[in-house]
Amino acid sequence: MALINKNAANIFATVVSNKRVGQYHQLIVNIGEQANFCKPGNFVAISVGGENSRMVLRRAFAISRVSTSTTVGGTMELIVAPHGQGSRWLCSAQEGAELDVIVPLGSGFGIPTEPVHVVLVGGGYGSAPLFGLAEVLNARGCRVDMLLGASTASKIYAPMEGKRAVNSLRIYTEDGSMGQAGRVTDPISEMISQSDIAVIYSCGPMAMLSAIDSLTRGTDVVHQCAVEESMACGIGICMTCVLPVATEDGSIKMLRSCIDGPVMDGSHVQWDKVGKAL
Amino acid sequence: MTQLDFSTTLGNAWFPTPTFTASGCASSGRELAQFFDLATIGGVVTKSVMSKARSGRPTPRMAETPSGMLNSIGLQGPGIDEFLAKDVPYLTEQKARIIVSIAGETVEEYAMLARKLRSVSGISAIEVNISCPNVENRGLVFACDPEASRRVIDGVRRTIGGELPIIAKLSPDVTDLVSIARGVVDAGADALALINTVLGMVINLETLRPHLGGKTGGLSGPAIRPIAVRAVYQVHAAMPQVPILGMGGISTGRDALEMIAAGASGVSIGTASFGNPFAIVKVQDELKQLLVAKGFTSLREAIGFAHRPESE
Repeated sequence: MALINKNAANIFATVVSNKRVGQYHQLIVNIGEQANFCKPGNFVAISVGGENSRMVLRRAFAISRVSTSTTVGGTMELIVAPHGQGSRWLCSAQEGAELDVIVPLGSGFGIPTEPVHVVLVGGGYGSAPLFGLAEVLNARGCRVDMLLGASTASKIYAPMEGKRAVNSLRIYTEDGSMGQAGRVTDPISEMISQSDIAVIYSCGPMAMLSAIDSLTRGTDVVHQCAVEESMACGIGICMTCVLPVATEDGSIKMLRSCIDGPVMDGSHVQWDKVGKAL
Repeated sequence: MTQLDFSTTLGNAWFPTPTFTASGCASSGRELAQFFDLATIGGVVTKSVMSKARSGRPTPRMAETPSGMLNSIGLQGPGIDEFLAKDVPYLTEQKARIIVSIAGETVEEYAMLARKLRSVSGISAIEVNISCPNVENRGLVFACDPEASRRVIDGVRRTIGGELPIIAKLSPDVTDLVSIARGVVDAGADALALINTVLGMVINLETLRPHLGGKTGGLSGPAIRPIAVRAVYQVHAAMPQVPILGMGGISTGRDALEMIAAGASGVSIGTASFGNPFAIVKVQDELKQLLVAKGFTSLREAIGFAHRPESE
C-alpha cells in the first residue's frame, strides 16, 4: 500500500513574485527547507480564498521547479491557469502574501540511472513540471527531446530559460498559430521507431496521456505520466481522485492519484476504464 | 487555568477527548498520522468497511459547492479481512482508540461483519453505517426505513453480544428522524451518529448533465451544519439518555460547542480535514478553551445545554 509522501508538511509560505506569462501566472513561493524534499512530479495543495472562504477544499498544483539556493531561501515555482474560482484567487495573490501550503505531495518521476534518450511531452500548462524534470535528466547526461502542444499559441507554456536543459524542442498547436499545426502526439510513433528512446515522460490532459499510452504499447519504451483527476484533499483521505490501475497481483484497483500518483506507469493505468465503474 | 474534565463516553466506551475523525474522511488514519499523533484525539472512526473489497463509483466523485462538497465514493474499500489484517493493527500500534465503521447490503452482511469484529481486541466501538447515500438503489439506504434500520441493528446486537457499544449512523434525509432513532435504540444501539451526508446533485454546465459519475452525491461541510445541529437537538430532546456523536460541517471549536450544546456527547470532524489536516486537533484545542472560558469544569455539563430552561 502506497503511503503519503513522508516529507509532506503543512506550512505557511510567502509569495515571492507573481508574474503573468501568456495565459498563465508564474508564482514563486518561498517554501524554505521544504524545497529540499521536492522532486519533479510532486505537487502541492494550497488553501484558497482566505480565512472566510466558502471554498472548503485545497487546490492541487504541480510544482514546476524548485530552487534551494535563492537569496530568500528555498522556493518553488507554480504555473497556474486562472480558470476557476480558486486558481483565480491564487493568481491574484500579491507579492508578500502568505499561503497555506502542504508540500511536497505525491510521487515523483523516476529518473533513469543511465544516461538514456528520453522524450518529454507536455500539453498546455501541463508542460510546467517538465522543465524542472528536464534539468534533472540533463544533469544525469540524458538526451532530452521535448514536445509541447496546445490548442493555440497562447496556451503553450515554454519559458526561455527552460529550454536550456533540452536538446530539442518542438511545438505543436491545433490551430497552427505556433510551431507545427497538429497534435503533440503526431511525431511520437516515428520517434520511437527511428531512435532508441527509453522513457517518455508526459504531463497534460488525460486524453493526451491515454494517446501516448497507445503509441508506446507493444514497444520497449517506458511511459511515465503525471495524471490528473479532481482531488478534494490531496493527502489520501477522501478517495475521490482514484484511477483504475493494474496492480502487481494482476487485479485492477482504484488507486488514489494523490498517493499512488500523480506519476504513474502509463501501461498500468486502465485508460479505457477511467470514469467507469469497475 | 481551571481543570477541565474533557472526557466523554459513548455507551460503555470511554474517551479522553470528545473529538473524532468522521468515517470516510480519514481513510484508516495513516495519512493524518503524518500531521499529528492519532493517540491525541478522541479516536479514529475508520472508513465504512464491507465484507468484500469494493472499488466504488466511477469518477468524477467530487464537486465543490458553496461552503461544502459533494462526494460520490460508493464505499470503496479493502473488505473486512484485509482491514482487520492491516488497518486495525496499525491503529493499535499508534495507540489510537478505534471505532470501526461497517456497511452492508443486507442485514446478514452487517451481522457477518459484526461476527468478524467480535473477537478483535483494541476496538472501542462499532459504528453501523446504515445511511451511506452513495449506493445504486435508494431502497438500500436502511436508515430511510424504520423497520430496515431496526432489523440491521438487531442483527448486529444479537451477533456481538453486550460488550462492544454499537453506534448507529443515521441519515438526515428522512421525514421523522426521531422515530428512526427510537427504533434503532430499541433494537440495541447504544449511541447514535448524526448526521451522514445529505443527498445532493450538481449539474455540469459544459455538458448540462449531472457532474458526478454516480449522478447524486452526499453533501458535507459547513453548508449542512445547521441541519446537523437541528438533527442532534431533535433526537436529544426525545431521548436525552442516548449519547450522540454529532457531525456535519464542524470545522472550529465554536461549531463543536454548538453541536454539544444541542446534545452531542462527542463530535466527528470530516470534510474540514480535507482542507486542513490539523482540523481535528484545532477543533479539539479550541473547544477545550471555549469550555473553560465559559466556566465549565467538565464537557458533560455542556452536553445538551441548549435544552435547559432559560432560567438556568
